[in-house]
Amino acid sequence: MSKISVKDLNLFYGDFQALKNITLNIEEKKVTALIGPSGCGKSTFLRSLNRMNDLIDGVKIKGDLKLEEQDIYQKDVDVVALRRRVGMVFQKPNPFPKSIYENVAYGPRRYGIKTRKQLDEIVEKSLKKAALWEEVKDRLSKSALGLSGGQQQRLCIARALAMEPEVLLMDEPTSALDPIATAKIEELIVELKKEYTIVIVTHSMQQAARISDETAFFLMGEVVEVDTTQKIFTKPRDKRTEDYVTGRFG
Amino acid sequence: MTKKQIQEKIAFTVLTMTMFMVVIPTLLIIGYIIYKGIGTISWEFITAMPRKGMREGGILPAIVGTIYLVMGTIILALPLGVGSAIYLTEYAKQGKVTRLIRLAIMNLAGVPSVVYGLFGLGLFVYFLNIGTSILAGALTLACLILPVVITASEEALKSVPQSYREASLALGATKLQTIQKVVLPFAMPGILTGAILGIGRAAGETAPILLTVAAFFLPRLPKSIFDQAMALPYHLYIISTQVPNMPQGIQYGTALTLLGLVSIFFMLATVIRIKFKMANRA
Repeated sequence: MSKISVKDLNLFYGDFQALKNITLNIEEKKVTALIGPSGCGKSTFLRSLNRMNDLIDGVKIKGDLKLEEQDIYQKDVDVVALRRRVGMVFQKPNPFPKSIYENVAYGPRRYGIKTRKQLDEIVEKSLKKAALWEEVKDRLSKSALGLSGGQQQRLCIARALAMEPEVLLMDEPTSALDPIATAKIEELIVELKKEYTIVIVTHSMQQAARISDETAFFLMGEVVEVDTTQKIFTKPRDKRTEDYVTGRFG
Repeated sequence: MTKKQIQEKIAFTVLTMTMFMVVIPTLLIIGYIIYKGIGTISWEFITAMPRKGMREGGILPAIVGTIYLVMGTIILALPLGVGSAIYLTEYAKQGKVTRLIRLAIMNLAGVPSVVYGLFGLGLFVYFLNIGTSILAGALTLACLILPVVITASEEALKSVPQSYREASLALGATKLQTIQKVVLPFAMPGILTGAILGIGRAAGETAPILLTVAAFFLPRLPKSIFDQAMALPYHLYIISTQVPNMPQGIQYGTALTLLGLVSIFFMLATVIRIKFKMANRA
């Protein structure tokens, strides 16, 4: 079943068209990888799924983008509520300069959860889901900035999970991490897809092959091909896809 | 030595000298004032009313007046300045209008303080009929330091990493929540730096208060913000130029008191600043 369905999505930065007629379905409780060379529009596409592009001046978006039955670019859409359903993890780990506990509790607190007991539960549950609990349970009140890069990124995942989103967007979540931390995050993603719909932008073809179920290949603002990951990597229909996944360009 | 090494040496020497040329006069001024004024400072000097045409007794009303003025100025200017900085950096669409506003603010910082005094006299004292009072003075000084506060606050807000804003918004926080919980706490040390600069100016300015607050000689404490008051910089001006046979010690004692008072304000602001800095690291 499609969790997100995109039809004829066009996005402009001023006069520059960054996305051209994107049509793409994102399946529920699967990992969809967006691959493609730098500047191909995959991050821009990811950011249009939770309307983070709204923050940039001069962005214009046309087309249909539905989260289940709801068109998320309709005028009366509550963007804040949308972002609670569609969480996001960024390229560079960006924990707040606050304690580990306060980082995870940040979203729920803004949502209006105040009692310590509820927050304690959410923090513990989220950190466990992000496979970080065992490492930090004795220093929840310590600064999040004291964690290693990989731990910080898992904290950011826990922070997003604390909002109990339905979809988790990940923008090259391991590109700033070493191989061991990367492996941990990849394991985590495979675990998380049991509960969440995950869309991940990645530069690493191996990563896409290892963890994703579906893969979409972006080139110059267009989706060249979208299929199951296995087909994309073994029997791509388009010559350009083949060239890219076999490393002939990009 | 090669030519390049000689150039290095000369550059290093010249730069070191310029540094000393800046530092030495400052130290000389402070040292001289302490040397000449310390003898006059006594418990009586800072807690008693002036007597015998200000030639004896203390300077308490001027101290209290300056404290009231500085506090009033900060209370008025900080929320206004930080508010407009938040509007300019976080909300306003960047373009011609904001550029024009920023240009205007920078120009305001260059307006001579006596012009602010005249403006305060016209607007607050006469037109709004507040009268010569602490309130009118604090309002005038607030206008004077607003450009400093706004500029420093804007710089502080701009230094907050965009990734913090994005993280907060992506977690379903509203823009206002993001500003309150993430942006402002992080920007606070920088904002307080602006406040410190503002305090220095507000405490030291003579011309604006001369026209809007200051009493020549008022040997009692102000009862409300609508009272006139004495203030240290103006008092210093008077006892240095307008009162014959003034003992020099009192002049330097007054100057030293003003320096001390400003230092205390600086230290207070710095302590708060450090607190926020620590909180940002924790």
